[in-house]
Amino acid sequence: MTSFVKPRIARKNAPVNALGLQRQDYDGSMSTLCAGCGHDSVTAAMATAFYELAIEPYKAVKVSGIGCSSKTTAYFLKEAHGANTVHGRMPSFATGAMAANAALTYIGVSGDGDSLSIGIGQMLHAMRRNANMVYVLENNGVYGLTKGQFSASADIGSTAKKGAVNEQPPLDPCIMALAAGATFVARSFSGDRKQLVPLIKAGLKHKGFAIIDVISPCVSFNDHKGSTKSYAHTYKYYHKAVHADYVPPSAEIMTNYEAGEVMPVELHDGGRILLKKLDPDYDPKSQAAAFSKIMASKDAKQILTGLLYLDETKEDMATQNNLSDRPLNQIPYSELNPGPEALKELQAGWK
Amino acid sequence: MGHVTPTDVNNPDYFHKVVDCQWACPAHTPVPAYIRHIANGEYSEAYLLNRASNVFPGVLGRVCDRPCEPACRRTRVEEKAVAICRLKRVAADHKDDIKKHLPKKPDKTNGKRIALIGAGPASFTVANDLAPLGYECTIFEKLPKPGGLMRSNIPAFRLPEEVLMEEINYILDMGVDLKLNTPVESMSSFLEEGYDAVFVGTGAPKGKNLDLPGRWDAKEGIHIGIDWLESVAFEHTDKIGREVLIIGVGNTAMDCCRTSLRLGAKSVKVMARKPRAFFKASEWELEDAEEENVDILVNHSPKAFITENGKLVGMSFDLMEYDIENGRITDQRVTGEKIIPCTDVILAIGQENAFPWIEKDTGIEFDKWDVPIVDAVTFKSTKSGVFFGGDSAFGPKNIIWAVEHGHQAAISIHNHCQGIPLTKRKPDEVELKSTKMGMFEWRYSNSYDGSERRKMEHIDLVDRFKKLDTEVELGFSPEQIATEVQRCLNCDVHTVFDAPKCTECDACIDICPVECLTITENAESEEALRTALPSSEAPDGQALYVSTDLPLTGRVMIKDENICLHCGLCAERCPTAAWDMSEGIVHIPHAQDQDFAEAAE
Repeated sequence: MTSFVKPRIARKNAPVNALGLQRQDYDGSMSTLCAGCGHDSVTAAMATAFYELAIEPYKAVKVSGIGCSSKTTAYFLKEAHGANTVHGRMPSFATGAMAANAALTYIGVSGDGDSLSIGIGQMLHAMRRNANMVYVLENNGVYGLTKGQFSASADIGSTAKKGAVNEQPPLDPCIMALAAGATFVARSFSGDRKQLVPLIKAGLKHKGFAIIDVISPCVSFNDHKGSTKSYAHTYKYYHKAVHADYVPPSAEIMTNYEAGEVMPVELHDGGRILLKKLDPDYDPKSQAAAFSKIMASKDAKQILTGLLYLDETKEDMATQNNLSDRPLNQIPYSELNPGPEALKELQAGWK
Repeated sequence: MGHVTPTDVNNPDYFHKVVDCQWACPAHTPVPAYIRHIANGEYSEAYLLNRASNVFPGVLGRVCDRPCEPACRRTRVEEKAVAICRLKRVAADHKDDIKKHLPKKPDKTNGKRIALIGAGPASFTVANDLAPLGYECTIFEKLPKPGGLMRSNIPAFRLPEEVLMEEINYILDMGVDLKLNTPVESMSSFLEEGYDAVFVGTGAPKGKNLDLPGRWDAKEGIHIGIDWLESVAFEHTDKIGREVLIIGVGNTAMDCCRTSLRLGAKSVKVMARKPRAFFKASEWELEDAEEENVDILVNHSPKAFITENGKLVGMSFDLMEYDIENGRITDQRVTGEKIIPCTDVILAIGQENAFPWIEKDTGIEFDKWDVPIVDAVTFKSTKSGVFFGGDSAFGPKNIIWAVEHGHQAAISIHNHCQGIPLTKRKPDEVELKSTKMGMFEWRYSNSYDGSERRKMEHIDLVDRFKKLDTEVELGFSPEQIATEVQRCLNCDVHTVFDAPKCTECDACIDICPVECLTITENAESEEALRTALPSSEAPDGQALYVSTDLPLTGRVMIKDENICLHCGLCAERCPTAAWDMSEGIVHIPHAQDQDFAEAAE
């Protein structure tokens, strides 16, 4: 908290995006999280991604479950649609919303508690369906809202603030996502906006389920010595494997990347994701390679980050299920409900 | 790869420059600090803080050239600057009796006799700085009343006499001797009177003439602006003809046209050679003149005076056309001629200093334009013990510059009399004091107030012309004061960053309402570092704050001082108090701050 609300400034010469909006037009209400919380940086990165992509705030949907991370949907894109849903049930809420209106841009914000404990089944099934959304998992290894108990992502040997040691193995959202069939698997860090903002942009433009596991330190309960999700630990073991940049359809690819190092991937909207491999021998388009790379990084005590896996070929949920492109609220009632005669005709076909 | 070295915040100029208004003020008045006093209702404190720098807050709160306002940070955030000058007048208008806080006449003098020639702002500042230290100061003035151009060239409807006299009397009460009606007619004989130092503050009293055809045919009706204003101020002139033309469009022209209206002119036209963008007058003085229905005609170049039987009847002008590129005139041509009838012409086309009373053999050297050779730091002339200041030193500037010259000359005179080299001057110092009082509590009002600049109310036009000395500006109302003080961004409360405490959580970067900071890898140049910021434009002189290396990643925190609002949200958001909001007090030494102990050397 701060003593007053971030003021809106009628700034001269403020930078604007393609819609003529300023970055502050993508802000929400003032964060009530602890000062220094990683989540606030993730919030800023999400707002910046929407700003840079010039998506009208009212054409976005932000959804979340319960927890510190889930509070953050209030702190950006104040004009967007959205809801705080039941604990761990954000994916089914989002799935339903997407079925009703696929024309909007969906972003879900969750945490390691909401996603890896109570909501683990929901998350995996949304991945399996390839629902077209970005799922930001703000991962800090503790239940911050209930004062710092270990969560399911806490590493073995990591200590709580008062010294208790975690003995149980952690769940890795990226490994689970690969197993469940997610088509965009990324890991990042709240402290690395240069990596995170382009990742969120690429995820928003990817047609399918994009999970971004963001290490987002809990400044109050898990930022001490002995924690493996602290700022200091993350900066120390941070390793960038693949950098992803989104290039819009109209833009030419700037050739400041060395040839052979960069892999462009075509997207459905005609844009591209440029994958810049920082580890030359790694192929982020291979599921098997991604598995082995992530597993190997654990042994090497690395926090492997970047766009770890990308599959642009798999159809998303709406396409697989032949859902309407048109939002249901724009389809006339007579078409939505053709009446008892049409029902009879349909039923007759099943006899 | 080279690296930008971290900002040295102990360099007294670094944070001083961030306080744009104070940096732009020749006397470096601590503007935000006195505005905070006004906000607290501490008008006397505000006045005294002003007086320490600029000596004449009541005068300058009305007629200062306001170099501070175009510099004001607020103009880089929104359209209009804080009404700094008006708030200075607020301090002067609402203060209590402050006499007890001023230096007293010393019980005994130090035996050093200082002569000050000309009773204007420069001489009075020298006296103000030296008399309390024991110097016997005598001011010589040729006119019957003191004030210099503040009296003779600034009309009383802008600067009431009682305001001027109050501030002059504060200085005279320190034991300064003022000799009126005492012109110095020969420097040679004056120097023989054995003063320990002589200060020349005689201004730029010679108004420029315009030697066009017909100039000398008219027996009357053609006036030199500053001479005419002086003659009005001393009540030798109390009327003017019906139709008046003012030649020139500087601030003197504005005073001439408005004074003409008050002496009975029915039509007053200000004739400008160039378009409005090239006017020398301050925007607010132009507005005030136009409010009084003065016509300002552009692109009229004076050609000849027209007389009939020795009587001025009009003036002819070339009609000009200009080619302007990027604010500069690239070509000009005459497109016609126009005659404008008039009864009087007032020439307000500039003024210069003039020293017919300084003989060539005094040892005081002049350059080829007959301007004295004066050192820009010490204000000494080529003759030991003789100093110049104000307009007489480097030509016409303004009151606030004259005050600053006076402060610097006083240091030199003090050093001269104490046997200290003139160049041995105390450097500026900066003192940083945390404003933190508790969680999210600071010693200043840090929340941003988006209010627009308050407008100064003027006395009605009907009442305005009844008397020559009716003050036009009414001063700010309590409501206007309360709003205007909150517009100040407190640029002197600085964001000071302690890199070793930073955990690189980015909280400050995310909260900043103007996105003026970020963490990035150090780079080979400041320009390269700036590209890490969303808006990397950098107006001249606006610094980039660069921290030492951060402990976790070795990157650096950078901050663009250009658009920072000093709202303190970065410090409120910082979990480790790596950011602090610290008040920077710039200590600018005057004569009293020069160390006496060194005199023995």
